[in-house]
Amino acid sequence: MREKQTLAKNMSELLRLLENDSRLSAETLALMLDKETGDIKKMIEDYQDSGVILGYKTLIDWDKVDDTHVSALIELKITPQRDRGYDHVAQKIYNYPEVESLYLMSGSFDLAVMIEGRTMREVALFVAEKLATIEDVTSTATHFVLRRYKDKGVVFGAIPTDERGNVV
Amino acid sequence: MDYSKILSSNIQSVKPSGIRKFFDLLTGMKDVVALTVGEPDFVTPWHIRVAAIESLESGKTYYTSNSGLAELREEIAKYLNRRFDLTYDGASEIVVTVGGSEAIDLTMRALIEPGDEVIVPQPAFVCYGPIAEMAHGVPVYVETKEENQFKLTADELRAAITPKTKLLVLPFPNNPTGAIMTREDLTAIAEVLKDTNIMVLSDEIYGELTYGKEHVSPASIEGMWERTIVASGFSKTYAMTGWRLGYLAAPQPLAKQMLKIHQYAIMCAPTTSQFAAVDALRNGDNDVEKMRNEYNRRRRYLVNGLRSLGIECFDPEGSFYVFPNISQFDMTSEAFCEKLLYDYKLALVPGTAFGDCGEGFVRISYAYSVEHISKALERLEQFINDKKF
Repeated sequence: MREKQTLAKNMSELLRLLENDSRLSAETLALMLDKETGDIKKMIEDYQDSGVILGYKTLIDWDKVDDTHVSALIELKITPQRDRGYDHVAQKIYNYPEVESLYLMSGSFDLAVMIEGRTMREVALFVAEKLATIEDVTSTATHFVLRRYKDKGVVFGAIPTDERGNVV
Repeated sequence: MDYSKILSSNIQSVKPSGIRKFFDLLTGMKDVVALTVGEPDFVTPWHIRVAAIESLESGKTYYTSNSGLAELREEIAKYLNRRFDLTYDGASEIVVTVGGSEAIDLTMRALIEPGDEVIVPQPAFVCYGPIAEMAHGVPVYVETKEENQFKLTADELRAAITPKTKLLVLPFPNNPTGAIMTREDLTAIAEVLKDTNIMVLSDEIYGELTYGKEHVSPASIEGMWERTIVASGFSKTYAMTGWRLGYLAAPQPLAKQMLKIHQYAIMCAPTTSQFAAVDALRNGDNDVEKMRNEYNRRRRYLVNGLRSLGIECFDPEGSFYVFPNISQFDMTSEAFCEKLLYDYKLALVPGTAFGDCGEGFVRISYAYSVEHISKALERLEQFINDKKF
């Protein structure tokens, strides 16, 4: 029982470390978690095979690279379909590469779509031509992101410096 | 004016902290990877900062009572009880101080008569001996050994006791060695002190930072509560070094006398910091656990990294330092650190900063990100590969 708990703790600790920094090598992770490198590699492979780990991405502050880049949150109201609920319409939406993320929400609207685009016009056209025209979509409301302060737990714009003094 | 004739001979005879000299070398050097700092790299958790800000917004800018906010002393008493099984009366047995350091100072000043001996295990944090001297006491240093995991043994203590012994300092979890004292270790110490009037100052500032084993307070050992003053604070536990807030817990007759010194010399600890500390104790357990887990991962990373470079390293079980043995390099600790600093831009603290018996060791702090520690290990590896020693 205890072994199982320890295993579960180690597994979730590994996942949390990777979620925070996917660049950590198996060697580094092994040192941090007091495990063999081979075991860590195997655990990561298992996570990938079972779909627990779905991918590795980099968090980029695009505002520093390209000042026309825009993101928007679009609220969609949907008429759910008999038997298929929201899944069918969700699939129609998430298959567009422009869709960064898609969530089914509780509250006053049904689907939240995050869109990335090169210009506001591009995003507006996508909503008007692709989303609003889907049969089961009854209304849309588009909110452009003006500034990203924090994303995935990371504060944007702040570059941390070590200002600690040398005190024993 | 000849100030040397004016200044007290006592204060002039106290040596300045030796480590300063080494840190002065660091100033102005560029691209140095330093693992020297003795404070958390975390910022104080936001909810604690908010509590302080709100206290300012609502105009709580007055003095508190000399011993500290009543609600804070109550929270400290509750905390000591739930974490370390200690029982203190918040109203009369706890004094809120300006950092753990003031608690150490109050203890020494309240207990020491001229010529009294204070037993200080070393390697240890630098302040105990000088504060004892400033209180006209005589520090008696006892070397703790690597082969004993840098614990103070009953035999070592027994050998250091004389009729003049007034106070024993127990600085565990230890800076710089990372040593801790288990219940068995402390029971053996208690056995030596039984039937004496020797008092104990237990510096438990790193009490929340142990890995694998829970910290045991000497005051929780049978026969020890009466003779023990617990000094602790918020700096390391909640990443609150700059707030300068600590406390002491001691039997009422002791706390009462210590409070007089604090009352006349300090008045009260900073009020804003006290309000922040109330929030830390009420709502900070998760923060402490998160930080402890992060330190633990870095500890393992650093210790395993050092061992893979062939550097012998005692397995530290507390604080956030590693104290590896560097005698294989055939250099003094200071020469070793200077070489690393000048040729490899890597800054570590020579073990001798923590007492002469720290010769042959260096202190490495892991209050740094894994990425930073990894850079440091690369530089150390380069030094070893170059074999310039």
